[in-house]
Amino acid sequence: MLATAVILFREVLEAALIVAIVLGASRGIAHRGRWVSGGVGLGLLGASGVAYLASTASSLLSGDGQALFNAAILLTAVGMLTWHNVWMSAHARELRAELNAVGAEVQAGSKPLTALLLITAMAVMREGSEAVLFLWAIAAGGEQASSMSLGALAGIAVGVLAGVLLYRGLLRIPVRHFFTVTSWMILFLAAGLSAQAAGFLNQAGWLPALGHGIWNTSRWLDQNSLSGQLLHVLVGYTARPSGIQVVFYLATLLVILALMYRPRWRSM
Amino acid sequence: MALAYRKRFLFVAMMWGVLSVAAAAEGDPVISIHNRQFEPGELTIAPGVRTRVVIRNLDAMPAEFESYDLSREVVVPAHGEVAVFVGPAEAGRYEFFNDFNHDMKGVIIVKPATGGR
Repeated sequence: MLATAVILFREVLEAALIVAIVLGASRGIAHRGRWVSGGVGLGLLGASGVAYLASTASSLLSGDGQALFNAAILLTAVGMLTWHNVWMSAHARELRAELNAVGAEVQAGSKPLTALLLITAMAVMREGSEAVLFLWAIAAGGEQASSMSLGALAGIAVGVLAGVLLYRGLLRIPVRHFFTVTSWMILFLAAGLSAQAAGFLNQAGWLPALGHGIWNTSRWLDQNSLSGQLLHVLVGYTARPSGIQVVFYLATLLVILALMYRPRWRSM
Repeated sequence: MALAYRKRFLFVAMMWGVLSVAAAAEGDPVISIHNRQFEPGELTIAPGVRTRVVIRNLDAMPAEFESYDLSREVVVPAHGEVAVFVGPAEAGRYEFFNDFNHDMKGVIIVKPATGGR
């Protein structure tokens, strides 16, 4: 039962933290709740579909197809996070002013809202499909199914709780610094997801690894530990990264930073 | 919005499905999942070459073959198999596990075939 809880917790954690960060970063934008919930709903639907296809041998989403599909999902999320951060770098001042005026919300138009929906849907779909697969497996397992479902529910609840705690924590940040913090969180989140995508592209044979495990920090921080997992989601911590993952990580950081600060250079 | 999203999803799924690799060829090393264990639990492959490893699931439970060390992650359907490319890697130990059952672990050892121990 505990093992089941831990596995479900891991699967839910990544999606929950991403949704929390995205909700925080879009604070003050009108109707964001509706779009984010829509993203969660779409993500769950997608997750069931992906789980079904992935569990069927020789389907489109088995083997390398699955790796490429994961890479596509992750890169889409990276694109949307980039877009969101660039949009925020232009509108943060306006949002801050509105947040200071109690209850007011910025009518952002549909652009960043589409990004919110897609980021949430992608995060939930990717992690959710594994959770769904695993749940099917235990449901089909027969014996112990009831105690395992209990563990599964507990794992999901704790994962969601972690997301809620992160969101609550974010809200305690003073408005003055709030969007600076969320922008940096999104920056590192995007870089980490990009590195994961690079791993999948290499797995599918589309990119060279440029060396497996070019360094190894598992002695200091095991990626399997709770703090290792948290850092993996939040900043892309990988104990033994491949060369191509490091390249993607750094390139994504640099590109997003350049896009975020470009308007300020112009106005200077 | 929902429709555009679904279209994109289908398009992506089809595009990459076409490019996905067919099942095992003769002579590839095989790691079987049998009675909730990896068999063999240690697989030795040569350094510096890209090796195709077949993961064959003989159990009725789906598994997820995952390795942080090799950044590999793939679902292996119940009674199904998938092929995973490993390397080219330097000599060393690369651990893998079943993400759906962390008690199931194994290691891929990369070392030259000659020279024995």
